[in-house]
Amino acid sequence: MAQHLLAEQNVMSNKRRQRRCLVVACGALAKEIVALRSQLALARSGSVSGPGALGSGEEVMTLQCLPAGFHNTPGKIAPAVEEILRDCAHEFDSVFVAYGECGTGGALDDVLKRYGASRMTGAHCYEFYAGGDLYEQIIEEQIGSFFLTDYLVKNFDRLIITGLGLDRFPHLRDDYFGNYTQLVYLSQTKDAALLQKAFGAADRLGLELRHIHVGYGGLASELEAVTKAVAKAAPGKIAPSPQSIEQLHVRG
Amino acid sequence: MSDEDEIILKDLNDADLVDQMKDDLYDGLADEVFEGVEILLERGWDANLVLSDALVEGMRIVGVDFRDGILFVPEVLQCAGAMKKGMGLLRPILAQSSTKSSTGKFVIGTVKGDIHDIGKNLVGMMLEGAGFEVIDLGINNPVENYLEAIDKHRPNVLGMSALLTTTMPYMGVVIEELDKRGILKELPVMVGGAPLNQEFADAINATSYGRDAAMSAELAKTLVGKNM
Ligand code: B12
Repeated sequence: MAQHLLAEQNVMSNKRRQRRCLVVACGALAKEIVALRSQLALARSGSVSGPGALGSGEEVMTLQCLPAGFHNTPGKIAPAVEEILRDCAHEFDSVFVAYGECGTGGALDDVLKRYGASRMTGAHCYEFYAGGDLYEQIIEEQIGSFFLTDYLVKNFDRLIITGLGLDRFPHLRDDYFGNYTQLVYLSQTKDAALLQKAFGAADRLGLELRHIHVGYGGLASELEAVTKAVAKAAPGKIAPSPQSIEQLHVRG
Repeated sequence: MSDEDEIILKDLNDADLVDQMKDDLYDGLADEVFEGVEILLERGWDANLVLSDALVEGMRIVGVDFRDGILFVPEVLQCAGAMKKGMGLLRPILAQSSTKSSTGKFVIGTVKGDIHDIGKNLVGMMLEGAGFEVIDLGINNPVENYLEAIDKHRPNVLGMSALLTTTMPYMGVVIEELDKRGILKELPVMVGGAPLNQEFADAINATSYGRDAAMSAELAKTLVGKNM
């Protein structure tokens, strides 16, 4: 099993009979997926507690995340997703990968094809949070738009400043952002403190801030579709059997 | 290299100085690289030789370590900054020099919808190091920009860069337009950018795919028949 997985191992081993759907996600989406999962579970159970309630939703959807830092090294995404799928896809009725194409150059889609899994529609999370049309429109209006999500605002220093080496080489700011004119904060939650932080980030990059509250966008609708599908399907019908996965892997 | 500060560049013989310059370039030390270039020129080195033996060779090593995951984007940008500073000194000399051998003209630009330009700039720098006259169209280029530049500069090679899955296909749009106009049979087209691969380049009918800057410069020389 991959060591870097922030895995919900306990769920994996204790609730073998109930678990149905595996979601492999970018770490940048973890908190959002957990929030959506409980929303979906509550909606399905119709009450917060009581018989038939799905609690936090873990019984239906098991989440495994990969480091958000893979953003900057997309070559690592497909092999890491494959490692998880090889290890445990066969234990689930369906597998959904909460990644966009993310610059993997087709490698992620090749893996998904081998395992009969699907992923988020869209090139990257900015596109599926905003929706393709709005994203296009923002880019059409101002090509020099750099996007932040709740996760990126929270982790701005670690992922943008340190990730791009701007802590060590502040003078590289213009090499990176010289072509940019605005920072577009696509928020998932309405949080005044985060908005304040986004203003600080814009200031640091020397860009204007534009805030658009988009919520969870395509992430919510696609996760809902996945949970609905898994609830309808008979166990074992969606994912390939362990044997066929093994064979496919050897061939791949 | 903890004793780096104590090295007096002027005291080194030519071979050691060139090695030291490659180390300094690797460490992104722009002032030191600039000083090294000055010293070699004072010692009567040909500007072309300074460029190829110290700067281009240094950057080639940087490129290999970037590809192998030893260096990352910020370090590469630092190295590029150092090379740029050294080239700033060489460029006017090369432009005047009678020994200046232009390898050919190369028009390069990032495609429409994309404003990533770090890789493209590096390729441009290595092409210049290889003797190409580089016409850089910058970022977010629609097909019209490429056509206009081809018309105006009559390049030997056209290069396009794309870093986004959503903008890669636009390279195919440009190539198709070149084909329609009968330009493609005479003008080799090189494509590059992290998410690309040879398969994609073949699918859009590009002449060649450049995986990194040093290799791209070599390929470009081959395309214009200067790498024999
Ligand atoms: C640095 C970077 C940025 C910088 C760009 C700075 C700049 N001035 O270019 C910043 C931080 C500003 C940025 C912005 C964005 N980025 Co960006 N970025 C990267 C990153 C980390 C590295 C790219 C890079 O510069 N590499 C270094 C150079 C040296 O390598 P290279 O470009 O591959 O070039 C080499 C070769 O490919 C080749 N080559 C390149 N061009 C050419 C051309 C020719 C002709 C030839 C022969 C060869 C050649 O030679 C080069 C030198 O060796 C990549 C991830 C990755 N590792 O690829 C993401 C990445 C490309 N970005 C991505 C995204 C999504 C964005 C944003 C939308 C993010 C946002 N939050 O808004 C915006 C773009 C917005 C917009 N309006 O378009 C995604 C793309 C996903 C996808 N599905 O396509 C990636 C893959 C990251 C990810 N996994 O999410 N980005």
